[in-house]
Amino acid sequence: MTTGSPDNIIIIEPGKAAKNYWRDLWRFRELFYILSWRDLKVRYKQTVIGAGWSIIRPLLTTVIFTIVFNKIANLQETSKAPYALMVFAGMLPWQFFSNALTEASNSLIGNSNLISKVYFPRMIVPASSVITSLVDFGVSFLLLIAMMVIYQFLPPWQIVFLPVFIVMVFLAAFGTGLYITALNVKYRDFRYIIPFIVQFGLYVSPVGISSSRIPEKWRLLYALNPMVGVIDGFRWCLLGDPIHWPSFFMSLTIILLFVWLGVWYFRKTEKSFADNI
Amino acid sequence: MEPIINVEKISKKFVLSHESKERYTALRDVVSQKVKNAVRGQFFKKDKGTKEEFWALQDVSFTVNQGDRVGIIGRNGAGKSTLLKILSRISDPTEGRITIRGRVASLLEVGTGFHPELTGRENIFLNGAILGMSRAEIRSKFDEIVDFAEVEKFLDTPVKRYSSGMYVRLAFAVAAHMEPEILIVDEVLAVGDAQFQKKCLGKMQDVSKNEGRTVLFVSHNIQAISNLCNRGIYLANGKIVMHNAIDATIEKYLHAGEAFSSSNDLAKRIAQSPSDPDFKLIDVAVIQDNREVVGHVVNGKELEIKLTYDLPNRVTGFRAFLDFCDDMGVTIFRTFHDEDREGIMSLEAGRYVSKIIIPPNILAPIIYDIKLLFGIHTIRMLPPHELVIRINVEQTGDYNKSYSGQFTGGKVCLSLPWTINKI
Repeated sequence: MTTGSPDNIIIIEPGKAAKNYWRDLWRFRELFYILSWRDLKVRYKQTVIGAGWSIIRPLLTTVIFTIVFNKIANLQETSKAPYALMVFAGMLPWQFFSNALTEASNSLIGNSNLISKVYFPRMIVPASSVITSLVDFGVSFLLLIAMMVIYQFLPPWQIVFLPVFIVMVFLAAFGTGLYITALNVKYRDFRYIIPFIVQFGLYVSPVGISSSRIPEKWRLLYALNPMVGVIDGFRWCLLGDPIHWPSFFMSLTIILLFVWLGVWYFRKTEKSFADNI
Repeated sequence: MEPIINVEKISKKFVLSHESKERYTALRDVVSQKVKNAVRGQFFKKDKGTKEEFWALQDVSFTVNQGDRVGIIGRNGAGKSTLLKILSRISDPTEGRITIRGRVASLLEVGTGFHPELTGRENIFLNGAILGMSRAEIRSKFDEIVDFAEVEKFLDTPVKRYSSGMYVRLAFAVAAHMEPEILIVDEVLAVGDAQFQKKCLGKMQDVSKNEGRTVLFVSHNIQAISNLCNRGIYLANGKIVMHNAIDATIEKYLHAGEAFSSSNDLAKRIAQSPSDPDFKLIDVAVIQDNREVVGHVVNGKELEIKLTYDLPNRVTGFRAFLDFCDDMGVTIFRTFHDEDREGIMSLEAGRYVSKIIIPPNILAPIIYDIKLLFGIHTIRMLPPHELVIRINVEQTGDYNKSYSGQFTGGKVCLSLPWTINKI
């Protein structure tokens, strides 16, 4: 028995953010894996087509965007790539962001039985729901590859930077999700805001269009929407479209700000989740 | 040796909001309240009178030594569960400090995190991880867990198809195979059938007594606590009333009197019982010395219990009966209102009074929980189910009269005819 070994001493005091918070997070990594695994498993068990959903949704949206913007509205883009490919390259991170945000925002409420009965670093719950969406993203990515093969489009050398942008969209969803899910515990009507953000966001983000259509002087302002930098980055990596670096760094700053805000607010309120949920 | 758990002046405050009728704060309410205040020009004024502080725990201090098995007792709302939640780090104390030396596993609910769509096998891993076991640990215990739960055949069936008994067995089995230094258990044995409960208690005893683990245990089953624990903490209104050897603590708790229900409370419980087309309980009265009594009675005088009820229809085989139980829930005797009749009785519609007179020199000077039960023979039980009156009997009868004050431990005190002759 290891009683008394300094490693095992737990001190509980009010308001004191646990000194070992990040170490604890590491210690509970197995729980993190297993919660992600549970969410995936349950998700694919309950639906008939399972993983098919992560292909059908972006595919249909892309088809509709292509028809509406390109064929009906006759919008021509400056991209070197075919229009459908351009939309899909933007749709991919957008779908990931919106799924991850939705899942993460509802994650604490959805796991209220765990929160009120067991101790673990609460950040695991929204993090694992973002991971679940990342798997969907992976499946959709296969579709992108298929489309590139069909269009016989060879991605440029910048594709090696893609992981950077995946991390970026991950952080965007995680930071915002952390903030909203913590607010959701206290104010239950925050969950009504999320579908709104998601729907609204699709139109204010450059999914159906290329952000090069935005007049130069407004581009920095436009990039206050963090998804602008992410989507531009995806197109730069995948299609070789030009990227507007100032707006990219603007989006990155906003994302880091959101992550900081999310983590700060989450940790501040974390201790009272069990009392409020 | 240093104590394994050291609790210093722990307090926990909740803020109760009286105004909101809903369970959750909604942003729209906060916003509309702020707007209202802003209109009145007092945006920053706190809403007064709508909030009340409630101290679930106040200045609770105690220490637990390694290997202690501590039973925490107290009425509902005394702060037991809050204390366990703070010790398990689920909820944060408002004041104070706790030092714990060792790995803690808490079992506040059976089957936390079980997912109905997942199979038994998957849930074992999921639940184990939630309780803080590593995958390697679960794997090494897997067979034992399955054995204990008796679910081998259903391992690959989703648990939503399990019977509730199987579900509970599996859930407890996972928890029972954790190996923490400190185990915190809240009222989890209230589920499952009697046989399984026994098995669980046995397992807990094994874990605590034989393996030297430290256990904190909350239960309403006083018998289980007294079997399992060696130390007791008695909480009332968020404060420690007593922290002592388990027997002394239980005795203090049982004699504190706060466990008794008042007659108002009884009337309310009767009024709240679900309705039934064939039966309605109107009133229950416990009468001694020609007046209605609450709680305290003596065993030197007759005790009358009067049940008044309506039968809207003619009923054959209607029975009212009383179970006299001790405070640990063990039935001492049962008495039926028709036990002196020949054959099954039929009652016409109407209002009835069933009355029993318990003669002097029957009841022991202990606490009885009298369960009131109503049913139609071989057909069904009638509401209210589980209506219990608690009485505290004082010794005034003839039993052991010359040596009164000596508690003999019997659950009934009959004054039986003896003869003593010199031969």
